[in-house]
Amino acid sequence: MFAYVVRRVLYAIPIVIGVNLITFALFFVVNTPDDMARMQLGIKRVTPEAIHKWKAERGYDKPLFYDGQAEGRDKFTNTIFFTKSIRMFVFDFGREDNGRDIANEISTRMVPSLAIALPTFILSLLVTISFALLLVLFRATYLDFWGVVLCVAMMSVSSLFYIIGGQFLVAKLWNLVPISGYANGLDAPRFLILPVVVGIIGGIGAGTRWYRTIFLEEINRDYVRTARAKGLSELRVMFGHVLKNAMIPILTGVVVVIPTLFLGSLITESFFGIPGLGSYTIDAINSQDFAVVRAMVFIGSVLYIIGLILTDISYTLVDPRVRLQ
Amino acid sequence: MLRLAQTILACAAVLAVSGCGDVWNDPYPAVDRGLNVLYSAFTDRPKHLDPVQSYSEDEATYNAQIYEPPLQYHYLRRPYELVPLLAESLPKPIYYDDQDREVSADAPGVAYGVYEIRIRSGVRYQPHPAFAQAASGGPRYQSLTADDLAGIRSLADFRETGTRELEAADFAYQIKRLAHPRLHSPIFGLMSEYIVGLKELAAALKDADKALADQGKPGVWLDLTRFALPGVEVVDAHTYRIKVKGRYPQFVYWLAMNFFAPVPMEVDRFYAQPGMAERNLVLDWYPVGTGPYMLTENNPNARMVLERNPNYHGERYPADGEAEDRSAGLLADSGRPLPFIDRVVFTREKEGIPYWNKFLQGYYDQSGISSDSFDRAVRVSVEGQTAVSPEMAQKGIQLETAVSTASRYFAFNWLDPVVGGPGGERAKKLRQAISIALDWEEFISIFANGRGITGQSPIPPGIFGFIEGEHGVNPVTHEWVGNAPRRRPIDAARRLLAEAGYPNGRDETTGQPLTLMLDTTERGPDDKSRLDWLRKQFAKLSIQLEIRGADYNRFQERVRKGAAQMFVWGWNADYPDPENFLFLFLTQQSRARLQGENAANYANPEYDQLYERMRLMDNGPERQAVIDRMVAILREDAPWSFGFHPKDYSLRHAWIGNAKPNQMARNTLKYMKVDPVLRAQRRREWNTVVLWPLGLMALLIAAGITPAAIALRRRERARALPSVTR
Repeated sequence: MFAYVVRRVLYAIPIVIGVNLITFALFFVVNTPDDMARMQLGIKRVTPEAIHKWKAERGYDKPLFYDGQAEGRDKFTNTIFFTKSIRMFVFDFGREDNGRDIANEISTRMVPSLAIALPTFILSLLVTISFALLLVLFRATYLDFWGVVLCVAMMSVSSLFYIIGGQFLVAKLWNLVPISGYANGLDAPRFLILPVVVGIIGGIGAGTRWYRTIFLEEINRDYVRTARAKGLSELRVMFGHVLKNAMIPILTGVVVVIPTLFLGSLITESFFGIPGLGSYTIDAINSQDFAVVRAMVFIGSVLYIIGLILTDISYTLVDPRVRLQ
Repeated sequence: MLRLAQTILACAAVLAVSGCGDVWNDPYPAVDRGLNVLYSAFTDRPKHLDPVQSYSEDEATYNAQIYEPPLQYHYLRRPYELVPLLAESLPKPIYYDDQDREVSADAPGVAYGVYEIRIRSGVRYQPHPAFAQAASGGPRYQSLTADDLAGIRSLADFRETGTRELEAADFAYQIKRLAHPRLHSPIFGLMSEYIVGLKELAAALKDADKALADQGKPGVWLDLTRFALPGVEVVDAHTYRIKVKGRYPQFVYWLAMNFFAPVPMEVDRFYAQPGMAERNLVLDWYPVGTGPYMLTENNPNARMVLERNPNYHGERYPADGEAEDRSAGLLADSGRPLPFIDRVVFTREKEGIPYWNKFLQGYYDQSGISSDSFDRAVRVSVEGQTAVSPEMAQKGIQLETAVSTASRYFAFNWLDPVVGGPGGERAKKLRQAISIALDWEEFISIFANGRGITGQSPIPPGIFGFIEGEHGVNPVTHEWVGNAPRRRPIDAARRLLAEAGYPNGRDETTGQPLTLMLDTTERGPDDKSRLDWLRKQFAKLSIQLEIRGADYNRFQERVRKGAAQMFVWGWNADYPDPENFLFLFLTQQSRARLQGENAANYANPEYDQLYERMRLMDNGPERQAVIDRMVAILREDAPWSFGFHPKDYSLRHAWIGNAKPNQMARNTLKYMKVDPVLRAQRRREWNTVVLWPLGLMALLIAAGITPAAIALRRRERARALPSVTR
């Protein structure tokens, strides 16, 4: 398995370079270094000299990909792409355009992101799997039918509606929790309950339908019939056998998401005033801060690859027949 | 399952109650309840808090309470008036010729003016580690090693702080920082044209910085005290002089901005130590001033907190203002020491809906009014009078309105052959016709909820040069009917269009329909109604309007290159002088040619000459006459269709006192006061917990689960096959 993991890590390198290249190209198709300088320096009284100075200080006065005036390998290394990308591969993210240390910001903002994402993820998983198993348990009955109708209805509603509706009902009308905000320590749950509950409710529809489909495939297998023939209760059959055997497709969708939980949620963080990494990414896009956008996309791609590798490893844990070679 | 649901609900209820007291949805810690705190919100993170770099409104919200320049605007008087802040009096320039002989202000050979500023004595800086003294007497934290910084993550981790008295040298040091090669002062370009030696200082500092980099010491502190700036002279500990080239009467307004606030050398040195920037410990994030407040929490992602500066030198609430200020209760605190509020908490609120709802719950003390909330918050009477809606009035919410010192305009690119200067008389009549057709009164009514007044010139109300009434009307676009200005009928515009050679919107020589191009950043579905309105205005003249939407960068680029034919733009005043608006039409400010602020690239030699006269004059009838002539030229040439001057509407709760909109001053928090008892009482009334929905939800969950549980139980107990009766 070790050799497999090493091989996957090596495969990941060109993928990460590719992602970096695409991010770079897309960003600079929309924004030029001059635009970035103007965004940082403001609109009023910005002189061409100030723009040139800003770009020179941050290395944005170089050519994007190729320096025709340089000699030898400098043609490629004396470029914005090379100088900005190379440090990233040793996880040196540098500074925001306004001077703050990106690594410092990421480490600070990771905690609020996780505080929302982790409970939402775990509880969503529990609720949706339980609900899906319940529907499968009552398959082809009125409970199953109306449960699926409810799921379709819930997945058709925008997540923004759940957020605004949740804030209006729970925080504004019933005054149960603060509408938005964040605090550390023991005060944190007051601010986390609503976004977590909204996140869970918002995910029930799609999640339940997905897991229901997986479980329905399993429910007609021979081992289920055998288990029933042995006289096991339906609950035992569902939670003890069906759930266990449906783990491979579940893990395929779940484990890959775990590392990316660090990245937070763009909309939820914005509406609930959570100072996490999702909010950080949105701010960076709005302020055309390429250093931050690039760092967040890089981290996202690395975490996603880690998630994929973890998914493969998790297969060996739930299914002894799977061997990674 | 039922038990699980009950447990979850119980846990949620317990967590919700924890630390909440009698109000559950209070977003602030329970220990803060009843304290003399002002609660506000911010949307965008401040980019810079270094007074030499900061230039935006959202940054001034904090910096203006922390830093103190020599001058400030009087809080209550209108028109806006400069008064001393750290200076003992308003500086009067003394003029000299090139032989250093004193001359009068209106003498022809003025070479430079000297502003001597005497600062108040006994002013001390806020407590800060940069001033901390070691037991030996030397500075405590000015030679920090990597080991010293090992446990340091924020300024609060420095255990010792100190202070010292403000000196004139601190002002001189800050002026030198305008030329610092590692900083980006937005006013360096302008000031280097005026302050003697500033440009040369910038060159010298650039060389020194490069030398340090060449020595392998990039980023090492540049001691500005080692570099001379002939234009700034420290006379004694409490006096300094600034030497300004030629005559620049508007210079005093800059002295009311934080670009000229004092920064002590040791603070600059403290932050420049190795290892500080890596911890984000920089002056750009941790300001150090003499003002009424100091920044004690800097988390621009979530919360910024200002607290009363214990070393504040003290200032008294103004004793006079406008005539109606006394009846409005704004003079009740005259003579009382400032500031009134102990702490100001700014919470980041990126979305409008939570912001507005928290204001209605009493968790924000003030709020603006978005278009979505306008109808709910404000009632406009038939006479055009505005007041809060009954719902707001019931809560005791009060409305403050003020015309902002800003202009929004529709610009014609003077470089364009069809609508610009090269088009001559024909283009002028076309611009005039369009200026009549663009019904800004309708625009304000539809898109701004009536929040604005139609522009008759570039100068907004509240600024010298603005004329109200019949004489202030733009005769090209309006006429005075009865007691009010009325936009000229569209037939007048059509006549002008025909005279321009475009009868019925067609070129009389080619017969082709006239098509004009508008560049804009508005291109989303939300903008459609505004763009349709613009098309409709041009359609009145049978002119086809093509709208070229682009992102903000491309839009700016087109304007910068003079490639946009027409566009909508705006300008907010830096200072309350007509010069700050009239310079937007100067030839030497052309955006396309010289990257200046004249976005329309207008050029008129007569106007330029009048500007040179006007900018040097004191306010008075003579200056007004020159301004009138300049405005008349602009009305006739019509490089802008003068759009409107927006009105700022803001709401505040009944527990906020001494609030008066001031479009120029940003250091207004020190004048405001809070009644925390009333606030706590209202919050309790408005945020009564409603528990029945929790019970209802539990019942619904139980109602959903119980039949399933019963069915499951029945199924578990059922026989595999029906029993057979023999």
